[in-house]
Amino acid sequence: MAEYQNIFTQVQVDAPYYPGVSLGKDNSNRVGKDTHSYWLGKLGDAQIGPIYLGPTGVLSLLFGFLAFEIIGLNMWASVNWDPIEFIRQLPWLALEPPPPEYGLSIPPLHDGGWWLMAGFFLTASILLWWWRTFQRSRALGMGNHLAWAFAGAIWLYLVLGFIRPVLMGSWSEAVPFGIFPHLDWTAAFSLRYGNLFYNPFHMLSIAFLYGSTLLFAMHAGTILATSRFGGDREIDQITDRGTASERAALFWRWTMGFNASMESIHRWAWWFAVLTVVTGGIGILLTGTVVDNWYLWGVKHGIAPAYPPLEATPVVSPLAAGGQ
Amino acid sequence: MKMNKLLRSSALVVTLGSVFIAGCEQPDGETVQLGYRGTGMEAVYNPDTLQAKIDANQVPDPQPKVPTTGPKARDIYQNVQVLGDLSVGEFTRLMAAMTEWVSPEEGCNYCHNAADFADDAPYTKRVARVMIGMTQRANEKWQPHVGDTGVTCYTCHRGKNIPEYVWSTDPGHPHAKGIASAQQNIASASVGYSSLPYDPFTPFLEDNAEIRNASDTALPTGNRTSIKQTEWTYSLMMHFSDSLGVNCTYCHNSRAFASWEQSSPARTTAWHGIRMVRELNNDFINSTTSYLPDNRKGPLGDPLKVSCETCHQGAYKPLYGAPMLKDYPNLSSLDEAATAQYLKAALSE
Repeated sequence: MAEYQNIFTQVQVDAPYYPGVSLGKDNSNRVGKDTHSYWLGKLGDAQIGPIYLGPTGVLSLLFGFLAFEIIGLNMWASVNWDPIEFIRQLPWLALEPPPPEYGLSIPPLHDGGWWLMAGFFLTASILLWWWRTFQRSRALGMGNHLAWAFAGAIWLYLVLGFIRPVLMGSWSEAVPFGIFPHLDWTAAFSLRYGNLFYNPFHMLSIAFLYGSTLLFAMHAGTILATSRFGGDREIDQITDRGTASERAALFWRWTMGFNASMESIHRWAWWFAVLTVVTGGIGILLTGTVVDNWYLWGVKHGIAPAYPPLEATPVVSPLAAGGQ
Repeated sequence: MKMNKLLRSSALVVTLGSVFIAGCEQPDGETVQLGYRGTGMEAVYNPDTLQAKIDANQVPDPQPKVPTTGPKARDIYQNVQVLGDLSVGEFTRLMAAMTEWVSPEEGCNYCHNAADFADDAPYTKRVARVMIGMTQRANEKWQPHVGDTGVTCYTCHRGKNIPEYVWSTDPGHPHAKGIASAQQNIASASVGYSSLPYDPFTPFLEDNAEIRNASDTALPTGNRTSIKQTEWTYSLMMHFSDSLGVNCTYCHNSRAFASWEQSSPARTTAWHGIRMVRELNNDFINSTTSYLPDNRKGPLGDPLKVSCETCHQGAYKPLYGAPMLKDYPNLSSLDEAATAQYLKAALSE
């Protein structure tokens, strides 16, 4: 039995299959038959599809599949085509970018060439998928907020895998494809460039990332908590503010003195999410190109405090004493 | 009704969560502050495993003392190329200690021809001679690393013919012929099961590869060290951490790994340790390659060599700093001329 009635109810409305408005000659791009899933209905809409692929969608899936296959087969080859080792070692396996000696030249396939090719196909796939999100939102007469947010993530991806390596003059600067390898790469990146925590854009990115999760929890909690008063109709309440909106606003004013509005909270969330990757991308782009040691940069600009020396006689570099 | 459901799902979450973290260490480690407050420079110990580690790092009782006077070993025995200046009593005492440390089961015959102790035919005897020179070199020349504590055969051997933790050049894991091996990205105990390069020994503890990565200027001034090189250094540091049972902050202030001024004195000790291990591997162990049998070599035919773990075996100081050398002072009186002579002989074989 439903406990109370609003759009967050756990009761599934079993509506007839509806493919969406007619798209005229583009109707054929919509793939999918009359399908409903009870279990997916528990999490969202029970109707599955139709999915609009179109030429960009088809090409994106094809290129994405090619990249996935190149990465997977290279990983498998790296354990000599042993299926058991492939499963066991999967989190450790990687497709590495070319060694530094190749610079920006095209390396042989076996020594980074596959990485370059996988990167090309993955990038093509992502850009086509982006174009598709842009087109679909236009076709529905929506704004392009989703496409631009996605573009923010693509910016960070391109900085890491393409723009910065090109500026540094070496493909080897890019990230390997692999689960643990890309994490070890991240740690090594910070070590090489003197601690990324002193990079102000990294600081901003972290603030926006954690801020995003905080805003997400605050907003979702507010709406769920006021849905018994109609808070789930949050968009209606932008123009026709009801008791749910009043209570939510009052709650935040009581607890922290300020409240976002039903409208502005979505802009807060959108900008926090987008700025996470935009500032992150700027931070990566500046690393190695403009700044080579973020810790020393922090010292220079007064953001890294000095501590008293550990010993009465401070440790000095053995190199200063003529060591090798 | 609703409460029950909530309780049941919480119980499920707790159960699944416990299973998920079952492989982790209990978070009741003891920390010892090593640096300025707030910098996180501290050593973390797990009291549950510490006692076992201490038990595994006890030293045997010293051999009874003998007079240092009397005829010299070289005048009594034949073919004594090292330790010849010792009195016969001291010489025999050291031989007994070495037997206890290295071949307690096989006895003297592990190195000696029972019919003729002067016979140089057993390769083990020739290796032992090089090892004595190596131990003396470490104690004499590498004071900045071994200090007055020093090392003896037991520091590494612990009653075994071959020390438990040795290394040889890794031939790489099997991979398809068509692709180049990155020498990393395989789960490996040598680098704490990270995906870092799994043989940090050959480039850093035998060869002289550059360890420093970070720049000493804020803005770029021509340091072209790659991130891949940094990963190699990182793998060496994983080896350090694993071998000494310490975390990064035992030596470094993690906000500026490169800064000596903010490092603990242990980092200087480690710096000398790297150079010492390089020298021991190249000047001593590699000199035995020509006469070692295959079962004393790695898959690429190089001898089993020394790393940090060979002596340290999980302790920040080998044997937790027990000063064994004071009971065997002869292991530090290096006779340079004799060492050079037998090394030359060993290399020409």
